[in-house]
Amino acid sequence: MSAPVWNNKVVKWVDDRLPIISMLHHSAYEYPTPKNLSYMWNFGSLAGFVLVTMILSGIFLVMNYTPHTSMAFESVERIMRDVNYGWLIRYIHMNGASMFFIAVFIHIFRGLYYGSYKAPREMLWWIGILILLAMMATAFMGYVLPWGQMSFWGATVITNLFSAFPVIGDPLVTWLWGGFSVDNPTLNRFFSLHYLMPFVILGLVVLHVWALHSVRSNNPTGVEIKTPQDSIPFHPYYTIKDLFGLGVFLIFFSAFVFFAPDFLGHPDNYIPANPLVTPPHIVPEWYFLPFYAILRSIDFTIFGIPAKLLGVLAMFASIVILFVIPWLDTSKVRSSKFRPVYKWFFWLFVIDTFVLGYCGAKAPDDYFMGIEGLKVIVMGQLSTLYYFVHFLVVMPLVGKLERPKPLPASISESVLKEGANA
Amino acid sequence: MSQTVQSSGDHNPDENRRDFLTLATTAVGVVGTGMALWPFVDSMNPSKDVLALASVEVNLSNIPVGQAIKVMWRGKPVFIRHRTEREINEAEEVALNELVDPQADDARVEKKEWLIVVGVCTHLGCIPMGTATGEARGDYDGWYCPCHGSHYDTSGRIRRGPAPKNLEVPTYTFLTDTSVRIG
Ligand code: HEM
Ligand code: FES
Repeated sequence: MSAPVWNNKVVKWVDDRLPIISMLHHSAYEYPTPKNLSYMWNFGSLAGFVLVTMILSGIFLVMNYTPHTSMAFESVERIMRDVNYGWLIRYIHMNGASMFFIAVFIHIFRGLYYGSYKAPREMLWWIGILILLAMMATAFMGYVLPWGQMSFWGATVITNLFSAFPVIGDPLVTWLWGGFSVDNPTLNRFFSLHYLMPFVILGLVVLHVWALHSVRSNNPTGVEIKTPQDSIPFHPYYTIKDLFGLGVFLIFFSAFVFFAPDFLGHPDNYIPANPLVTPPHIVPEWYFLPFYAILRSIDFTIFGIPAKLLGVLAMFASIVILFVIPWLDTSKVRSSKFRPVYKWFFWLFVIDTFVLGYCGAKAPDDYFMGIEGLKVIVMGQLSTLYYFVHFLVVMPLVGKLERPKPLPASISESVLKEGANA
Repeated sequence: MSQTVQSSGDHNPDENRRDFLTLATTAVGVVGTGMALWPFVDSMNPSKDVLALASVEVNLSNIPVGQAIKVMWRGKPVFIRHRTEREINEAEEVALNELVDPQADDARVEKKEWLIVVGVCTHLGCIPMGTATGEARGDYDGWYCPCHGSHYDTSGRIRRGPAPKNLEVPTYTFLTDTSVRIG
């Protein structure tokens, strides 16, 4: 890729001294992109858009928010009632967090389906998981800020997880709290970190895109770009497609912001935090439900390791395991399109995560979908088991045993063939 | 930390000296950085004013037998239960080997009729129900934590559910027969 020649004198002057314009041109304009990307490839840019939206809406919220236990709740109510368009900014921020997770979850499932984690994209995949972890930390701390009942008790339950670790557990939790319970020092540090983390995410996104541009995008066939015929320049083909996707996404986003702003939230968070009363049923935000179900489903001891510690380890393991799947998946074929057996297991896994989410939302002793005799806790345990079986057993075995369908010789060939069949 | 492997065995004295200097400098650098970081880490631990709010005095004279109250201590609730004869017997009669976290009742109370425990579930920190009259007290007549279903007995000991330990007993002293200082 030779550096472009700039005609504009000012542009050239700047670029000769700091080749930032060449760099942007290189990565957002001429970046050779597989010509067969489907709409599943829109969610990365959508996540990026939401990140920027969160940072902007957050900065404006901070102008009116007060991080103190005696004023936080009221300052948020003031934003809602008295600040001009405060309700809009807050609803954008509140629902934006959900949109962020929707975009990123689809983005991750896309990667799982098309084998985008396999060589040479391991680093790209890892950075993605780090982004997920950072998002989780950010959203968790953000949810504490309005200081409602769910803020307070969610923070209490989640920080208490760390007390499960032997010896260091209790001092660690006291250190996290800055006291002997979740209180003002906790709120203050969460505010500080909630402001910081999105910028850490931004840094990770830069690394993510950098890695992407050195290994190139995967595509629905999973076959790498081989000749110039396989690719098209990013601009205008994908800039326009991404913009179209953004339009559709914004309709979806706005539908929540304007018509159902509290649909994804919990009404108890409009009750001011009360350290003396635990709400009867504590649930995290929807995007944490599958992980919460895994945490709760371990109610037994193995090898003398207490249930509480096992639950915490299982929950962390459910994400950490994603780091090693480039090696757990033994199949040489990337895209599940050409993997007749694995394909079904993939969808089973997707269903499994939804079942986990459902279990996380219900009380452990409820019946699963009203089925007499099938307790939520039991269903949670089965689906937790399957979650790990998928990665530790299905991925290595199916990769070895399955006979994949023949791969197209190139992206170009597959596009022409599909065109002929259409 | 580079270790120079030399096949011939003739050591260049300069290289040894340089290795030592590199090692020593790195070590000082690492320790120094650690020391510089510590104040920041420690600034997140409880501050002096938080530590200072460490005790409360409670008047017990208006808690009738069979009832319990909650008081705040260090940002957490403390349960004070005026136990009935039956509750005391229940607590004393359990065989220690039946307990998840074995502890005799008399090791948990100073005066039999007053049970004083920190009202924070040892599982993940919810506040168990059972202090106010009429609330569910679980299968062992003490407290019941609705978050994940832990049952505590009339001595505040964990009997069933995911919580690993008994409700914590804070340090306290009876100032008179009807008043106690917690902390
Ligand atoms: C990765 C991006 C971010 C995510 C996922 C996120 C997530 C959240 C969530 C879930 C809430 C709770 C909303 C509610 O229920 O009220 C929240 C609140 C808040 N966030 Fe963020 N946030 C992000 C970025 C930021 C940034 C960059 C700032 C500041 C510059 C910020 C400032 C605030 C403030 C002041 C609140 C409290 C007001 C409120 O509760 O609406 N956020 N955030
Ligand atoms: S916090 Fe009490 S049972 Fe989990």
